[in-house]
Amino acid sequence: MRAIQAKEITKNIKEMCIEANHYLTDDMKQALHQAAEKERSTLGKQILRQLEDNLQIAAEDMIPICQDTGMAVIFMEVGQDAHVEGGLLAEAVNEGVRQGYQEGFLRKSVVKDPIFRENTKDNTPAVIHYDIVAGDQIKITVAPKGFGSENMSRIFMLKPADGIEGVKNAVLTAVKDAGPNACPPMVVGVGIGGTFEKCALLAKKALTRSVDEHSDIPYVKEMEEELLGRINGSGIGPGGLGGSTTALAVHINTYPTHIAGLPVAVNICCHVNRHCSRIL
Amino acid sequence: MDRHITAPYNDQVAKELRSGDYVYITGTIYTARDAAHKRMYEALEEGRGLPFDIKNNVIYYMGPSPAREGRPIGSAGPTTASRMDKYAPSLLDLGLKGMIGKGKRTEEVRQAIIRNEAVYFAAVGGAGALLSKSIISSEIIAYDDLGTEAIRKLQVKDFPVIVVIDSKGNNLYETAIKEYKEE
Repeated sequence: MRAIQAKEITKNIKEMCIEANHYLTDDMKQALHQAAEKERSTLGKQILRQLEDNLQIAAEDMIPICQDTGMAVIFMEVGQDAHVEGGLLAEAVNEGVRQGYQEGFLRKSVVKDPIFRENTKDNTPAVIHYDIVAGDQIKITVAPKGFGSENMSRIFMLKPADGIEGVKNAVLTAVKDAGPNACPPMVVGVGIGGTFEKCALLAKKALTRSVDEHSDIPYVKEMEEELLGRINGSGIGPGGLGGSTTALAVHINTYPTHIAGLPVAVNICCHVNRHCSRIL
Repeated sequence: MDRHITAPYNDQVAKELRSGDYVYITGTIYTARDAAHKRMYEALEEGRGLPFDIKNNVIYYMGPSPAREGRPIGSAGPTTASRMDKYAPSLLDLGLKGMIGKGKRTEEVRQAIIRNEAVYFAAVGGAGALLSKSIISSEIIAYDDLGTEAIRKLQVKDFPVIVVIDSKGNNLYETAIKEYKEE
């Protein structure tokens, strides 16, 4: 067993909340730059250039990229030979979020009860997904999720007979319905298979993939490419104001499912596709 | 085309703005999002007044991130306008002349825009750091307890927006998409 201190986890999560909200990963920056070069609409090009300027201002002046600094979604891949000392793991994670959102001048967007809606004032609790994996390390991924795009995400419980065309139509329907609301250009995370909740989690996890990477399953990769082409042919464009750049990537994850089902989840993320990872 | 306007503004200015125009706003605008709209709506239903004179004014659907020391505001981009659709027609009927947000509006809102010769603008969603640079000052004028959702009076200079729905009801979200649709 390898010991990992709870306070180390807190410190790293605090730093990662601040980092993710001020700097996008290089693959995202590159994808936005390439999109700005290729965009056919003049207004669309202007908007994409503004988004590039926005990233630069955010990094230089330490202003969050977007005022919606999200609900903190955190993936914890915990090695089964790792042991957390000095506190409970979930408390260590939430304390990191609390400190990060306070010290980083990030917006507190979480309400305590979905109906009575009193702000918790420190952006906790986080949404934490745990996975027990091999090894003695803990991999942490912090992915603050804004709700402009989260609200446009969908789950479709398709029938097996709907097949691959049904899946494609589901993704295209979600994207078209989202339109300008989801702050395009978007990144589209798709989960196919599993159960109701499993496909949603697959879709969420897909958003943390590097935008220049594809699935290693050949038919899935093909579907990712085809859907990206069709989404960019929808005309929605940057900001939903028309153009040839509506999405920067479509990422699909699959999982075995039941003989009676074909669940499909579409988790849409705006161009502020924030995530960062560290291994402790 | 590019236009420069001063807020607040009257019917005449609103009528000249066309769907697709790129507009730089200078002057005073007010922020309000979900919770502030709910309170304003309840105030009107109970026959109480609004916390500011809405006539000829512009509401920006925005809840900023906290300001660092010495700065007027934090990140300050638009939020999704459709969540305010339930409340917007009443405010437009009271003289609201402009709304800044992002995303689609209902037909009821579009009709209220036409009826009152108002304008719906989009600011670029997710460009909160860039947009904050056009905000000179920010002062909470009502509902302080709502935190980021409080009503703020902003002084802005050349704040960049795009006319989506103009006073005739033309809607850029519908027209622009057709132009670039490939299928």
